[in-house]
Amino acid sequence: MPNLLAKRRLVRWSGAAGASLATLTVLAGNVLAAAAEHAPEAAHGGEHAAGGLPQLNPATFPTQIFWLALTFITLYYLLSKKALPRVAEVLEERQERISRDLSKAASLKEEAEAAMAQVDQSLAGARSEAQALIAQVAAEIDANNHARQAQLNAENAERLRSAEANIATAKEQAVANVRAISADIARDVAGRLAGLNVDAAQADAAVAAVIEERRS
Amino acid sequence: MDPLHQFQINPILQIVIAGYDVSFTNSAFFMVVAVALIYALLVFGMSGRALVPGRLQSLAEIFYEFVANMVRDNAGHDARPYFPFVFAIFMFVLFGNLVGMIPFTFTFTSHIIVTFTLAATVFVFVTVLALMKHGLHFFSFFMPHGAPLALAPILIPIEVISYLMRPVSLSIRLFANMMAGHTMLKVFAGFTVMMISGLGAVGFLAGLVPLAINIALTGFEFLVAFLQAYVFSILTCLYIRDALELH
Repeated sequence: MPNLLAKRRLVRWSGAAGASLATLTVLAGNVLAAAAEHAPEAAHGGEHAAGGLPQLNPATFPTQIFWLALTFITLYYLLSKKALPRVAEVLEERQERISRDLSKAASLKEEAEAAMAQVDQSLAGARSEAQALIAQVAAEIDANNHARQAQLNAENAERLRSAEANIATAKEQAVANVRAISADIARDVAGRLAGLNVDAAQADAAVAAVIEERRS
Repeated sequence: MDPLHQFQINPILQIVIAGYDVSFTNSAFFMVVAVALIYALLVFGMSGRALVPGRLQSLAEIFYEFVANMVRDNAGHDARPYFPFVFAIFMFVLFGNLVGMIPFTFTFTSHIIVTFTLAATVFVFVTVLALMKHGLHFFSFFMPHGAPLALAPILIPIEVISYLMRPVSLSIRLFANMMAGHTMLKVFAGFTVMMISGLGAVGFLAGLVPLAINIALTGFEFLVAFLQAYVFSILTCLYIRDALELH
């Protein structure tokens, strides 16, 4: 224990220093006292006839021991029975109050942490729920779109087909009309130019042959 | 002009009991003053019983905790019952020293008979404590553990003498420090007075030098007053530890 060693060293040092200081000052004091006694105005020199240190005058020992014992025992009694228990009580009360407050703070903190965890949990639940909902809605929309697209495609194809069919019949009709008109024109031209009276069937056949020729 | 005059015991009230002169003296008066101050500090200081202490209560609590820590650190946890004793010793010596720092007061701790009685009380208390706790086993304290048996004739007398010297060193340390300090203060003050009365106008200037030294010494004396009370009570703690644990 270096602390204890240091304390012992301090004690020894202060003891040695005190002792040497005492010797020095007692010497100095004696010199000064002697000087005072030799001085002509040293009238009160005879006051302490015992001489030397008042501390070494045994006549004063009984009173000092008596009063020391009386005062020290009184002090010990007052301290141990009254003053110190009171201080200890106040300090204990404070310690108790502090530890009680600390434990209260700790429990409050725990509570807050639990509430926080709960909030976190419900937040995470809500988030995953929302995500599921979003995914579901997206899938629904997707499926809807697909169905609409397919329907539209089918409708378009149907419309295209009917349009094509209309065009084909119109074309055929037009071609037929063109043939009939061509036959008429051809009969008319033949009648006017050659004076030939061509019947309708002949003209028609001729026009058909020409169309066939052009087409090939 | 005598620097030792301050240590003179002067009776205030003559009392004689069973042929012994136990007069109420200046020394006794300041012992009573110290006890009254200590008790007043603790009682008035703690009378508020405040949760957050004021100045006086802080001071009382600081003294309490300072000594409580000292006892716990140096004498161990088993020494708790002896805390009031160490506290009483610390406060009595500290207030004796500090009250003595006030001019025209009397420093009762500067008398060897007072410090020796206190030290002897500690010595007897510790020895009785050790004997009650360990019985005759207490005497093994004087033979250090693990030392060769051949050295016993040398070691045991040394240990016994050092044990018996405890109250002597304890009391002389405190007495010498207090007396030396107070004598020094008086000697340097005397120099100033001598210079002024001997050298006239020049003396007023020259007298400033010992006066300055005296101011520094006064600060130093306050340190010594606290330090010696601390040393006295910490040694009491260490002796109590020795008595409880026998090393």
